Amino acid sequence: MPEPTSSLTQHVRPLPAGAHVVGAAFLDGEPALALADGAVLIGEAGAQKRIVAHPEGAILTARSDGKRLLTGGDDGRVVSIGADGSLHEIADEKGRWIDALAMRGGAIAWAAGRRASARDEAGAIRSFEAPTTVRGLCFLPKGYRLALAHYNGVSLWFPSAAAAPSFLEWKGSHLDVAVSPDGRFVVTAMQENALHGWRLADARNMRMTGYPGKTRSFSWSHDGHWLATSGADACVVWPFRDKDGPMGKAPRECGVRASRVTEVAFHPRALVVAIGYADGLALLCRLGDGAEILVRAPGGGAISALRWDLSGARLLFGLDTGAAGLLTLPA
Amino acid sequence: MTDASAEKIPVTVLTGYLGAGKTTLLNRILSEPHGRKYAVIVNEFGEIGIDNELVVGADEEVFEMNNGCVCCTVRGDLIRIIEGLMKRKGRFDAIIVETTGLADPAPVAQTFFVDEDVRASARLDAVVTIADAKWLAQRLRDAPEAKNQIAFADVIVLNKTDLVTPAELREVEARIRAINPYARLHRAQNCDVAIAEVLERRAFDLDRILDIEPEFLTVDDHDHHDHDHHGHHHHGLKHYHDEDMQSIGARLEGDVDPDKFMPWINRLTQERGPSILRCKGIVAFKGDPKRFVFQGVHMMLDGEPQRDWKPDEKRESKVVFIGRDLDEDEIRRGFLACAA
Repeated sequence: MPEPTSSLTQHVRPLPAGAHVVGAAFLDGEPALALADGAVLIGEAGAQKRIVAHPEGAILTARSDGKRLLTGGDDGRVVSIGADGSLHEIADEKGRWIDALAMRGGAIAWAAGRRASARDEAGAIRSFEAPTTVRGLCFLPKGYRLALAHYNGVSLWFPSAAAAPSFLEWKGSHLDVAVSPDGRFVVTAMQENALHGWRLADARNMRMTGYPGKTRSFSWSHDGHWLATSGADACVVWPFRDKDGPMGKAPRECGVRASRVTEVAFHPRALVVAIGYADGLALLCRLGDGAEILVRAPGGGAISALRWDLSGARLLFGLDTGAAGLLTLPA
Repeated sequence: MTDASAEKIPVTVLTGYLGAGKTTLLNRILSEPHGRKYAVIVNEFGEIGIDNELVVGADEEVFEMNNGCVCCTVRGDLIRIIEGLMKRKGRFDAIIVETTGLADPAPVAQTFFVDEDVRASARLDAVVTIADAKWLAQRLRDAPEAKNQIAFADVIVLNKTDLVTPAELREVEARIRAINPYARLHRAQNCDVAIAEVLERRAFDLDRILDIEPEFLTVDDHDHHDHDHHGHHHHGLKHYHDEDMQSIGARLEGDVDPDKFMPWINRLTQERGPSILRCKGIVAFKGDPKRFVFQGVHMMLDGEPQRDWKPDEKRESKVVFIGRDLDEDEIRRGFLACAA
C-alpha cells in the first residue's frame, strides 16, 4: 500500500511522555497524557507538568470531558485531574483494579471487578454488582443511565432507581461498550473479533463481524451517523444513520494499510477520522472520498491514544513506547 | 518463535487440590532471594504473606468462545489482567497464576492459544501441579478435578512425603505415572522443591519439546538416597492402569506423509478434542529437512517446522496424547497409517 502523499508531519510537535500512553485529553485546551507509570503529563513540550496521580501504580484507563481527566489505576483508585494539575480522589476500591470509567456532565462511573459504581453531580454514590466482571462502561445520552458490558451481554442501569437493570443478552465476552449519540443503539466490542449491537427500541441484535483482531477503540462521528472502529488493517466505519443502523449494509473502510488499526478518533466537526496503527503511523482520512494525510510516519511502537481537542484544531497522540506528539492543523 | 518468545513474559500456572500446598510454594517463590520479580495472579487475597510483590486478585471467570467448539473455554479475567500488567512491563519478570483447588487447568492453557494479544506478550511456561502425597490417591478416586490437574501437569510436586511410608509413596507415584508419565515429578516436604525445577521450564515451547519419553524414573536426583535402589529401575515401580485417564505414546520410524498426518491430527483433535487434555509430538515429514513439532490442548493445536534434523539424529516421529477414555488402538493405528 502506498503511504499518504500529503503530509502534516511538519505541524507535529513531539511531546516526550516516557511511558506507555494510556489516554490522551485536552483539559481547558491544555494537552494531557495519562501514562502507565501512574503519572499524568499536562502542557506542551517544554512546559509540561508531571502529576503523579497513582503513586507506585499504573493508570489502566482514562476518560475526559475536556475539563477534567479521570484516571483509573491498578491501585484501585479513581482520580480526577484538572488543567491546573489539581487532584481529587473520587474513589478507592482497596487495590481492586479499576477496569472501566465513564463520565458525562458532572456524573462519573467506574468499575472494579463485578461492581460498577456511579457518582452523580451532587456526589451521591450508588453501586451495582453485575453477574461477572464489568469490562466496559458508557453513559446513555439521556437520563442518568449507564450501559455495563460484561459476559453474555449488557446491563442498562439507572443508578438512582431501585429497579433491577434491564439486560441485553448475547452470549460471549463483551469488552468495551459504546452508545450512539442519539441513544438508539448500544454497541459492544467482543472477545471474538466482532462487534455486537442492539437497537434499544426492540432489543434487536446486530452482528458486525469480519475483524482479524479485537476492536479496542471506537469513535462516533460528530453527527452520530457513523461509528469508526479499530481491529482491522483499515479503519472500519459502520453506518448508523438509518433506523436499522448497519443491518444489511457494508461498512466503509478508511486508511487501508498493511498494519493493524489500534486507535480511531472522529474529528469533532467534520467527517474526517484520525487513525493510529500498530506500526506507529497515524493519518487523517476523509470519509467522503478516502483522501489521506499523514500525521506520523511509522516506527517506534504502536499508537495507543488519539484525541482531538473540542474545536478540532489539534490532535494529540501517544504511543505504547512513551512517544507522543501534538498536531496543530494549519489555519 | 525462539527470538520472539525470548522476550515474552513467562507464565507459570500453579494448580493443586485444596490443601496440597500451593500457597506454601507460592510464598516460598516470593520470599526466596532469586533476584526475579513476579506478578502473581491469585484467587484469594490475603493468603499470601508477602506484600512487596505485585499481587492481583482474579475471579476465575471462564467462558466459552463463540467458535462452535464446545471445549474451547478461556479465562476472560486472565486476558484482562495480562493486558493490564503489560502496561507495566519492566516491573516484573514473570507471572504466576494460582488457580483454585477445584479448577480445570484447560481454560488457563487455552487462553494462551486463543487470545492474540495474550499470545503476543506472554507465553505459557508450564503447568505445575502440587499434590498431597497422603491424600492424592483418595482424590484421584473421588475428585475428577484432581485427576485433570495431574494429567495436565508438566511438573508435579508431590508434597508432604514425610507423612507417608516409602511404600505409600511408591504407590502414589505409580498412580500418578498411570495418568501422566511425561511430567517431571519432584518429591517435597513443605514444598521444598528447588525453584528452578518449577519456574522457567519452557514446557510449552515448541522448540523445547525435546524429549517426550515417559519419565518413569526421573524422580528428583537428590531424593534418591532415601529410597531403595530398586526404585531406580523400571521393574521397581508398580504399574497401574487408570480406568478413565490414559496417556498414549506412539512412535514411527522413518518419515511421515504430511498429506496424511495433517488431516489425521486435525480430525482426531476435532472429534476427540473434548477427551484429549494434552497432546504433543515431533514429526519427520518426508523431504523436509526440519522437524515439525506440535502441541495441543483439547481441540486447539499449535504446530510449526522447527530446527533441522541433525545429521546423526534418527528421523523418527513421536506423538503423545493424555486424555480420558482414549481409544489407544484407534490413535496408534491412525498415526502409523500416516507413514510416508
